[in-house]
Amino acid sequence: MLRKKSSKRFPTAAKQSGHQAFEEGRAIAARPFLLRCDGEALTRPPMPTVCVIDYGAGNLHSAVRGLERAAPDASWRVAVSAEPSEVLAADRIVLPGVGAFASCAAGLRARPGLVDALVEATAERKLPFLGICVGMQLLADLGEEHGEVEGLGFVSGKVRALKADGLRLPHMGWNEVVPVADHPLLPPEGDAYFVHSFIFEATDESDIIAAADYGERFPAAVARENVAGAQFHPEKSGAYGQAFLKNFLEWRP
Amino acid sequence: MSLKTRLIPCLDVKDGRVVKGVNFVSLRDAGDPVEAAAAYAEAGADEICFLDITASHENRGTLLETVTHTAQEALCPLTVGGGVRSAEDVLALLRAGADKIAINSAAVRDPAVLTASALAAGSQAVVCAIDAKNVAPGRWEIFTHGGRKPTGIDAVQFAEEAERRGAGEILLTSMDRDGVKTGYDVELLKAVTSAVNIPVVASGGAGELHHLSEAVTVGGASAVLAASIFHFGTFTIEEAKKAMIADGVPMRRTW
Repeated sequence: MLRKKSSKRFPTAAKQSGHQAFEEGRAIAARPFLLRCDGEALTRPPMPTVCVIDYGAGNLHSAVRGLERAAPDASWRVAVSAEPSEVLAADRIVLPGVGAFASCAAGLRARPGLVDALVEATAERKLPFLGICVGMQLLADLGEEHGEVEGLGFVSGKVRALKADGLRLPHMGWNEVVPVADHPLLPPEGDAYFVHSFIFEATDESDIIAAADYGERFPAAVARENVAGAQFHPEKSGAYGQAFLKNFLEWRP
Repeated sequence: MSLKTRLIPCLDVKDGRVVKGVNFVSLRDAGDPVEAAAAYAEAGADEICFLDITASHENRGTLLETVTHTAQEALCPLTVGGGVRSAEDVLALLRAGADKIAINSAAVRDPAVLTASALAAGSQAVVCAIDAKNVAPGRWEIFTHGGRKPTGIDAVQFAEEAERRGAGEILLTSMDRDGVKTGYDVELLKAVTSAVNIPVVASGGAGELHHLSEAVTVGGASAVLAASIFHFGTFTIEEAKKAMIADGVPMRRTW
């Protein structure tokens, strides 16, 4: 039985009936060493991958689940990794981040080869990239939280304290995201969940695609070419956030 | 165009189950905290709070699992409190998927746990939970052990210390009003919100919808937490929001 089937190890899909494919799959399943290459080819087309960068900056459960939910018909694989090879094998990249700029930047640099991989992925391969909260702030050239610390420099700007004009800090809760540019990432309108005390001050105003108000007007989202960032947490932001993540997965910068 | 007031249903969780159950919608399992939290998020809750009342610290794993599943199913922030003893406990809960951790008696015993937690996790993740009782006109004292044990610590001064030590929020419960449904202790709220510049969550006493608005418009709270009025279906999240909007409180209208 096995010997007979092995003559058809690489059947073309057009020539093969569903029943044959099923039988072939069963035969291959009995041969573990052939399962991976043959099994993949027989059962499903390659699935695009979005890689959530895991560099010790907070929990990733919500971001991963948010992306899985946002992917129509489970059409994306969500990987969690800080391995340069996995980052570069992905089709899209999400950089989360909570806590302070300095500790997140240190966490990123502590992973061997990770920053270089992110630079290659965004600058050379032009992969769509989304930074969330401190992940967005890390896109800047410089952060001023706990001393001056260098960022990734993907979007020019610096991260400075929010001038809340006497309002309570952190800016914590749901606030309106106001589109200031016509950008495919942005859902029409809505409130998103923010929690931060520092903001991204963009050098080039045209990199700002949405704003929010708390004591002062500040960037709620930025985008330059294939690199984008959200100051709010789309993964915590109900239907609005889900729409934003879906837009990111469909984004063709 | 402004920051909205948060409406926070609070669930008491014991050994991975909701105590007293949640009867506001047709849940398949009224005792499942994950299902209840997701349903509240769907209904428009701006944040969910779990209070873990598991007696034994050894059963912590169950809570972590519950937190992870909830973070995956509820598309809103999750605050977890109860039995948090150290910065390590805070980090474990954050890694499991919580967004903010409320520290209560451990902070009263040793406020340094607030400092250590804020350094390890960031102020945005650290909530100082204060249980206070009115002991004299204009004076509130912190009580522990469910309101049975006085500590001699002034609640307002402790809130100020919590802010100095890096807490990003105060969860302020009036032990006089808790479960009584006669309204939040607005005087206590005023005293604390005027003393600190971090957000204050009002807790204890919500029985009518206008109580929710009063905590914000008079008490200065940034968020209102309630349990029984939602769990027993007295009011829906939407009814509460509509009433608050009618009273001029900025609320999130779509979700």
